[in-house]
Amino acid sequence: MQQLADSLIAQGMFGANPPRDLIYALFIFVFSLIVFLGIAFPFAGIVSWVERRVWARMQSRCGPNRVGPNGFLQWLADGLKHICKEDLIPADSDPALFKFAPYLVILAFTLPWAVMPFSSQLILADLNVGILYMTSVTALTVVGVLMAGWASNDKWSLIGGIRSAAQIVSYEIPAGLSIFPAVLMAGTLSMQGIIKAQGWAPWTWFAFSNPFTFIAANVLYISALAEGNRTPFDLPEAESELVAGFATEYSGMRYLFFFAAEWGNLFIIGAIITTLFLGGWQFPLISNNAVVMNVLQLITFNIKVLFLVFISVWVRGTLPRVRIDQLMSLCWKYLVPISFVDLVGTAAWIAIWPSGNSVAPWIMLALFLAIVVTFLRRVLHYFRRSKMELYLSPTI
Amino acid sequence: MSIRTEEMTLNMGPQHPSTHGVLRFVIKADGEVMREAIPDVGYLHRSIEKIAEKVGYHGFMPYTDRVDYVSAMFTNQGWAMACERLGGIVVPRRGEYCRVIAAEFNRIASHLLSVGTMGMDIGAMTPFTHAIREREMINDLIEELCGARLTFNYMRIGGVGWDLPPGWREKALAYLDHFDPIWEEYNALISYNKIYVERLANVGVISTQDAIDYNLVGPNLRGSGFKWDIRKDIPYSVYPEFDFDVPVGTGEFGTLGDAMDRYMVRIREMRESSKILRQALNRIPDGPVLAKVPRNFKPKAGECQVRVESSRGDMGWYAVSDGSAYPWRVHVRTGSFAAMGMINKLSRGLMIADLVTLIASLDVIAPEIDR
Repeated sequence: MQQLADSLIAQGMFGANPPRDLIYALFIFVFSLIVFLGIAFPFAGIVSWVERRVWARMQSRCGPNRVGPNGFLQWLADGLKHICKEDLIPADSDPALFKFAPYLVILAFTLPWAVMPFSSQLILADLNVGILYMTSVTALTVVGVLMAGWASNDKWSLIGGIRSAAQIVSYEIPAGLSIFPAVLMAGTLSMQGIIKAQGWAPWTWFAFSNPFTFIAANVLYISALAEGNRTPFDLPEAESELVAGFATEYSGMRYLFFFAAEWGNLFIIGAIITTLFLGGWQFPLISNNAVVMNVLQLITFNIKVLFLVFISVWVRGTLPRVRIDQLMSLCWKYLVPISFVDLVGTAAWIAIWPSGNSVAPWIMLALFLAIVVTFLRRVLHYFRRSKMELYLSPTI
Repeated sequence: MSIRTEEMTLNMGPQHPSTHGVLRFVIKADGEVMREAIPDVGYLHRSIEKIAEKVGYHGFMPYTDRVDYVSAMFTNQGWAMACERLGGIVVPRRGEYCRVIAAEFNRIASHLLSVGTMGMDIGAMTPFTHAIREREMINDLIEELCGARLTFNYMRIGGVGWDLPPGWREKALAYLDHFDPIWEEYNALISYNKIYVERLANVGVISTQDAIDYNLVGPNLRGSGFKWDIRKDIPYSVYPEFDFDVPVGTGEFGTLGDAMDRYMVRIREMRESSKILRQALNRIPDGPVLAKVPRNFKPKAGECQVRVESSRGDMGWYAVSDGSAYPWRVHVRTGSFAAMGMINKLSRGLMIADLVTLIASLDVIAPEIDR
């Protein structure tokens, strides 16, 4: 970025003696716009479409199917609609905080895209503390949500905000601890470095390299769902209890910001787990052409991430919501101790087999496949019993 | 140094998404824990009992649909039975069978709605749409029977408005064949879900004695382990001719009389209704469906009280006639009103999220509370 700006200044594009800092600022501004409008928002939109369609089919509904092929552009239509709506601010709210809160949430959702490793070269900034940066900026959400809950001057919003704060702060601990097994294995915090330490084949992924990382991947997924306010942990916006939680008083564009952030966070959750445990963009080297390889890697990465998104939609379509005390006991009684054991276990594993155990990945992979097969058999069992001609027509 | 704390007063409803219509609760909460929830009823009061005094016996029938629009067949039947008792009218046997068939279909539909919204209030959206999908088919059947999907107005004083349409019996039996496995699928979908059981078990426990003291009826009473069903204990219509069980709560997931017990009673009652329906559809006799009742129906002076087992329990219809064409006084005794009286006691010490569970498990329907 800086090099590009420097070269343009050297060519005299901005006059003879331009103010360097201002030009850098302009570059950053333009680039952030591109990131937000060109990358983050469309991905959030695609995730929202996936969620609404898949969820609808699970509920034997149709879902959005009018705007674009199979309703693919519905998110764009909804976004435009929300932007055109009146920006309502309740009379008794704290207007400054009320207006500012959605921007914090959207900030927390935009910043992680800077280190999102789409392929071996498609990454905005390969920070050497990439994964640390990712977890710390996503935690900004809690400030925005709490602010929104407080500024709305609505008791339901307040409860939603407080619940969200308690939840995100609690689940930050198992999530953070479950990241470290992968970091220990890779020996680096950089997103690209972690991916490069894995291979394209499942048995080289960190998720299957030993039992501890396998559990860590699952713990991370559960805590990430909780941090992203997803079912079964969607207490902050539990619509049957708190109307719409912290977003009750919001409307129009500000409401859209909260929900774009929620859907975008779903993608970010998937990306973190894909990067840490599922081999990221790794694809077999089949071509020396950098463009071809990058495109293939981009597709691989997105398929993995969208699969994780699909699972979270599946979970949302299946599970009820837990209660706040059950949520807390799950975190502090189960996930935190498990993730501590994981961390120590991984360290011990690395100390015993510094270059990796050759048998463990196969056993873990076999175990994983056994779980998947058992699960699919149960699904198929009910699939056969249901009347498919009535309920299953995916293209409606 | 001590921090000054105070209770938060929360106003839940009347436009809250999970208060099942227009209920209002004033919640005194200490953080997430409720001190108490005070129900505030009356938002849906439409003076239906007073209207009866102005529109006459026949004319009141459509209004009874509005007493409990989720299970309108029972309110129809209650009013029709009250009038028949006053006027000494005997309903033809085919008419009684039609009543039972329509009512039991309605019971399944009502329980489907109840268990579906139960899932939705807990946070699982899918069971609701699946339950509504099955309910739609029942609505289609009933629509074919009487032309309406919600406010049926099917029954008349002395029988029912219309006979079963041609081919309806086969359709109804085919639906029951479809419904029995769906019932199990529904159980697999949500009833035995770990989170679901955790949310429902040991919540809102009503002891058997409390249930009797607070005059709970129907599945709420049976969920507390007390076997009391008007269809069995004070038989009416042709119910004694059918073989069915009365499911009661067993406390299999937690304490006897918790929300899960009431839920499971409803789930099992659907199966019993299906059993009754099969017997009724197979045995339905020929003959007229409507007795001869004068258009200007004037029962002789007197009073009567009839009880029907509606999907929300014992529904009492009390009517006083002064010998004119208009009833002198009508009163309806409904199960939801009694259940609302219990909420204040049950809510103490529960979480806010549990209040929603509690309301859904008592299956209160707002119009039935206020009438």
